[in-house]
Amino acid sequence: MPSFLFWLFAGVMLIFGALVIINRNPIASALSLVVCFLGLAALFMSLDAFFIGIIQVLVYAGAVMVLFLFIIMLLDLRAEERRTMNWVAFTGGFVVAVSLLVQILAVISRTQMAKQTFPPLASPQTDDVRNVGLLLFGHYNLPFQVIGVLILVATVGVIVLSKRQLR
Amino acid sequence: MTTLGDYLTVSGILFAVGFSGVLLRRNVIIIFMALELMLNAANLSLVAFSRFRLGEDGLPSYNAQVLVFFIITVAAAEVAVGLAIIVALYRARRTTHVEDINSLKF
Amino acid sequence: MSQSLDQIFVSAKQWILSLLSGTPDWVTTIVSILINISALLGVFLTIFALISVLERKILGRMQNRYGPNRVGPFGLFQPVADGIKMLIKEDVVPARADKVVHFLAPILVAATAILTLGVIPYGRNMTPFAIDGGILFFFAVGSTTELAVFMAGWGSNNKFSMLGAMRAIAQMVSYELPLIVTTLPVVMVAGALSPDAIIAAQDGYSFGIVPHWFVTTPWGAAAFILFFVSGLVESNRTPFDVPEGESEIVAGHMTEYSGFKYATFFLAEYFGMFAISGLAVTLFLGGWHAPIAVLQFIPSYIWFFLKLSALLFVYIWIRGTLPRTRVDQIMNFAWKFMLPMAFTCIIAAAVWHYQGRGLAGWLWSLAVITIVYLTLSLLLETKKKFAPRTYRFVE
Repeated sequence: MPSFLFWLFAGVMLIFGALVIINRNPIASALSLVVCFLGLAALFMSLDAFFIGIIQVLVYAGAVMVLFLFIIMLLDLRAEERRTMNWVAFTGGFVVAVSLLVQILAVISRTQMAKQTFPPLASPQTDDVRNVGLLLFGHYNLPFQVIGVLILVATVGVIVLSKRQLR
Repeated sequence: MTTLGDYLTVSGILFAVGFSGVLLRRNVIIIFMALELMLNAANLSLVAFSRFRLGEDGLPSYNAQVLVFFIITVAAAEVAVGLAIIVALYRARRTTHVEDINSLKF
Repeated sequence: MSQSLDQIFVSAKQWILSLLSGTPDWVTTIVSILINISALLGVFLTIFALISVLERKILGRMQNRYGPNRVGPFGLFQPVADGIKMLIKEDVVPARADKVVHFLAPILVAATAILTLGVIPYGRNMTPFAIDGGILFFFAVGSTTELAVFMAGWGSNNKFSMLGAMRAIAQMVSYELPLIVTTLPVVMVAGALSPDAIIAAQDGYSFGIVPHWFVTTPWGAAAFILFFVSGLVESNRTPFDVPEGESEIVAGHMTEYSGFKYATFFLAEYFGMFAISGLAVTLFLGGWHAPIAVLQFIPSYIWFFLKLSALLFVYIWIRGTLPRTRVDQIMNFAWKFMLPMAFTCIIAAAVWHYQGRGLAGWLWSLAVITIVYLTLSLLLETKKKFAPRTYRFVE
């Protein structure tokens, strides 16, 4: 993937990621998050992970964000009114987040491995749906089954939680 | 050419953005979205590592991609349960603002 | 002769590309992509124009009237007149609308519908965008239509738009599950996610007259019917058109759109219908394969478009026949009947596969589907059937 495409998608992703937390309106935040995830899916595909990229669009843009928007619509959350902000907490949080970022960047800049480019693949065509599937159903079969049970439990839990009154 | 460091930097910035969202915002739903951002930042660095360290056959190491698959699945389940809790909370307290939810505060 | 006729469009594209042999690689790639896109858009815009007038004429026939017959021969130029009318209408944007979201929604809904058309094979070697995970791509892009519908409903800032969008999203999310689950048996049996490989798996004939399409197996027939019904819901067609039920909520999420933006929604709805029918043809009806061995000399793309138009006719036929269903009926049907039947199709397909894909497997999978179908229909015969309806209001 050419460099400028990487920076284009990374820029789109970061800008809309920042908009998620800057926007006052929850719906605008959610729509920005969708664009952010689409940029992320493009970055996955730039790393030859087509399956993960498509799954990202299918699960996040298709299912998770629709769920978010549906809930926002159901609760009828309009733009939140301006409250008196707790400036001490705000500055504290900001300082913590920035120092975390500085720390991450410092670690990356000192790692020798991070300065290397990606090695070329053995063949340009990777059938990665097949490869991920073989690994998933072979070596990781037990975790896969456990994930299935987890989703079942989550489904039951959601239904119980959203019932109006419990008997 | 893009290096591994570029991807890790982007992933790190995305994580920091999500982290600051959790710390700075007071709306539960926005905090939840910021959590998703952090999860996805982790996914990005996992996929970058999977592409960086090739296996013996010259293909990406798919273990990391399976892990990303699991993270996405668990995140989807987590979103469903979390939003159900938010709806239940809204029914009980008529608010999604974390500062109004202070019954357990001593 | 028949071979060259079959590949006439492929060779035409090769010929155009061979004119550019001296240029760098990226020029050839871009020109090749542009040829694919323009061919796709040209063909489907023509079909859209045709189907919009044919639908009105067929509906007219079903209701004992003529339908449009004034513009041009047999009223065939009606779409041109409609297009001009739509183009010169005033574009009204509500004052309280979210301008950006309101503007982006029709673009997004049309873009996703066109993208999904790209992965379907229209003939031998005629897939515009051939990728390994074509089926996954189709559903990934198709699921973003819900976002566009939401944007239209929320951006308009109108209660009818909002209600329509909520109805549309609720039913699209519910029916996406049976839609995806019914493609699973096909993917399992074909062992591939690429549409070309799925069509290749349906090649061959028994006794020269029975094609090896998946619809000829019991699980395939059941899955095809379930898929078709889910497709009806996904494209918001009658009898599942509650999101835009004009007697209840004006036009649903499209209420505040006028002029060309409304036409874009209309176009996207039809393109979505083409895409879902095209995928149904690919998955169950053997794609571009001929139905009988002796008819194989007819070019593959003709077979594909014949099957597609047959399915589109059924869409119109259903619209002319059935009344609109209620929202709660649609939801109950999705979760209590469609989803269990879709999972049964997977089991029946597995039974068929492990019984050797022969007559024994055929009968066994028929037995599985019949038992589950009968059990479900007994269980769902609720006592409340003729009881008065209770209305619950939003608190």
